[in-house]
Amino acid sequence: MSGGGLWYEAWRRLRANRPALSSGALLLLIVLAALLLPLLSPYNYYTLDWNHLYLAPGWHGWHLLGTDALGRDLLVRTMWGCRVSLLVGLAASVVSVLIGVFWGTTAGYLGGRVDGLLMRFVDVLYSVPFIPFVIVLTVLFGRELILIFVAIGAVSWLDIARIVRGQTLALKSREFIEAARVSGVGTASMIVRHLVPNLIGIVVIYATLTIPTVILFEAFLSFLGLGVQSPMTSLGSLVAEGAGRMQSFPHLLLVPAVLLAVLIFCFNFLGDGLRDALDPRER
Amino acid sequence: MLRYTLRRVLGAIPTLLLIATLAFALLHAAPGGPFDTQKQMLPEIQKSIEHQYHLDEPLWRQYLHYLGNLAHGDLGPSFQYRNTSVNELIAQGFPVDLAVGGSAILIALLVGGSMGVLAALHRNSAGDHSLMGLAVLGISVPVFVIAPLLILVFAIELHWLPPGDWGGISHLILPAGALAFPYTAYVARLMRGSTLEVMASRFILTARAKGLPLRTIMLRHALKPALLPLISFLGPALAGVITGSIVIETVFGLPGIGRYFTTGALNRDYTLVMGITVLYGALILFLNLLVDLGYAALDPRVRFAR
Repeated sequence: MSGGGLWYEAWRRLRANRPALSSGALLLLIVLAALLLPLLSPYNYYTLDWNHLYLAPGWHGWHLLGTDALGRDLLVRTMWGCRVSLLVGLAASVVSVLIGVFWGTTAGYLGGRVDGLLMRFVDVLYSVPFIPFVIVLTVLFGRELILIFVAIGAVSWLDIARIVRGQTLALKSREFIEAARVSGVGTASMIVRHLVPNLIGIVVIYATLTIPTVILFEAFLSFLGLGVQSPMTSLGSLVAEGAGRMQSFPHLLLVPAVLLAVLIFCFNFLGDGLRDALDPRER
Repeated sequence: MLRYTLRRVLGAIPTLLLIATLAFALLHAAPGGPFDTQKQMLPEIQKSIEHQYHLDEPLWRQYLHYLGNLAHGDLGPSFQYRNTSVNELIAQGFPVDLAVGGSAILIALLVGGSMGVLAALHRNSAGDHSLMGLAVLGISVPVFVIAPLLILVFAIELHWLPPGDWGGISHLILPAGALAFPYTAYVARLMRGSTLEVMASRFILTARAKGLPLRTIMLRHALKPALLPLISFLGPALAGVITGSIVIETVFGLPGIGRYFTTGALNRDYTLVMGITVLYGALILFLNLLVDLGYAALDPRVRFAR
């Protein structure tokens, strides 16, 4: 195999993976649509159009996907919901990756008693029923977006911490770490300069796989009415609203539901593809 | 094995304590109490109610009081449902969760398992690809999307099944089916992978070389080792089913504890929320132990340390 570096090889393998690549392209398209479509429409997510309640999809008044109970444009609202879901997904994943990498490398590199203590903590947290706790948190402390980021991020770092720890243990015995230690590199800079860069591959994979779980979790909270509050919206709250009216107006349910499913679908495929591309041993 | 079980049970106690403490701290740290919204009450009445529920005592005494009762398995009186204890509410609601969650797991194992084996036996055929495509779809579509869609199709359009409420078997099919959906998909994917792995191993080759029919190979030799990864998936799956039932109960209007939980959280029903949280924690711990023991029973290579 001709050389070209880890990232070049990974890109080459990813390019050969049709489903992953088309998922990535579709994802890019959805992101672009979520960013641009609300700018093009004459309506905003909170604009009420009393003359067009429950409009079916069509060209009427430029409500391409129709309107909801208050005459708000479904296309624009779905795109805003998509923005919120993506934002929550990305922000909470960043939080969980930061905590997880810090926790995992520290435990793995220091080893011994520190490792035992840190990982025991993770084990205990694993058996805490988190969904109830997040529900209580959002009910009691107000339903703010930032709280949802923090709550979900704080829940989903456990897997990453475990994986990063395992990977760190494997890296620790390699020669370059030994060489760095011999030349007097301190613990903190060893972790930041030498361990973390070598973990980026695996972290990227699990971050891509964390995003869909986070999006689902946010949608779940919003579905229960505990997430994003009206008039702002997310895919979960749109599904909840649509489910209430599905008997007469099924498109109110179908549009956000399909978009949510496609979004999750794409992230899962892309994550699987990245795993195969960056870590070809694990098939 | 007995020692191992005992150690795990003892090890669960601090975790449960942590869960109870966390729930207690969270609820009491929030502004507002269970009895100071809604209607205007005479100060005397409010005081007497708060006294009755020990809410006028210092926090640390409330905490010790709660833990003391918890140690006896008494979860205290509900604040919102007068004259009803949390234990009674759970005893009322839990059978519903058990029925829905249990049948969901059963469906997932049976349907998903056979899907996986079929896909593995016909590897790379059109059937394999369509089954696995279906599985990815199942993983990607959340339960709260599936559930309304199932109601729309089977209850509203076709009138085959009731759209909600609780009653006989017919009320169980839609909720259990909706809840089972993602787990069926996971099980199918896992089962396909593990069956492929087992079918490539040497003892299966030997069995084939002896000329055993495929049926016997599958049932007598391949099934048991192929089931092992499923067992370890069962732990997180059971936990997911328990919490997933919160949404299912909301959608179908079932009288389970998940619904008590959300209304309890909204109404500041401290004891109810804490009780259900502790119950969820205990259930997850218990089920994980059960799964680990089951794993050891199926796989003789697993030995308990010390």
